[in-house]
Amino acid sequence: MTANVTIRIQQSDFDVAQEIAALTEGRSDVGAVVSFTGICRGSEDGAAIAALTLEHYPGMAEAEITRHAETAMSRWELSGIRVIHRVGRITPGENIVLVVTGSKHRHAAFEAAEFLMDYLKANAPFWKRVDGADGTDWIEARDHDETAARRWTKS
Amino acid sequence: MKLKYFAWVRERIGKSEETVEPPPSVQTIEELIGWLAARGETYAHAFETPRVIRAAIDHAHVKQDTAIAGAREIAFFPPMTGG
Repeated sequence: MTANVTIRIQQSDFDVAQEIAALTEGRSDVGAVVSFTGICRGSEDGAAIAALTLEHYPGMAEAEITRHAETAMSRWELSGIRVIHRVGRITPGENIVLVVTGSKHRHAAFEAAEFLMDYLKANAPFWKRVDGADGTDWIEARDHDETAARRWTKS
Repeated sequence: MKLKYFAWVRERIGKSEETVEPPPSVQTIEELIGWLAARGETYAHAFETPRVIRAAIDHAHVKQDTAIAGAREIAFFPPMTGG
């Protein structure tokens, strides 16, 4: 299979349907596409939020996602991967992150998408700040995100 | 070497990057954190709980016992919360 890997970090929104189409267009060897979209909630720990502001480490963020995409390509038989992570100010209901995986069969596509999201949450250098009614505050990392990433290291 | 700070580490120190020349006795990330913490109140506040600080050398995650010799860019930041 020819690999089709695209990684983008951008302020603007993305079109999920268009990104899925980009993995299947012009080829007949893709039997399964899985997409995950992370969306900004309207509350954090029970308190309403006005927006999230996403900060990232330019250069390293791309490098980390690329590293994990390469790991996924070597671990599962994938036809392609698309990862888009937004940065800047994002309001409730807006998209934050997209992972799309394509494969001949569904298991590889499902597993690779979950693997990529788990690793991205724990290892990609992005930070969320909440803009709420009482000012701004950084979201704290959750232990279960690191646990979720670690389970993929067991073989 | 160039240092970069992100999220609340950046906010507490009050700058996003700077160039420093630590003394030769500072050989690891852990020692660099200790040296930075002694530079003033803003640094002491940023590094008050060293175990939560994450570090990267030249865009790769490293543990705190990693040697800093040869590093061009070292970044300090809180645990990541993207995705």
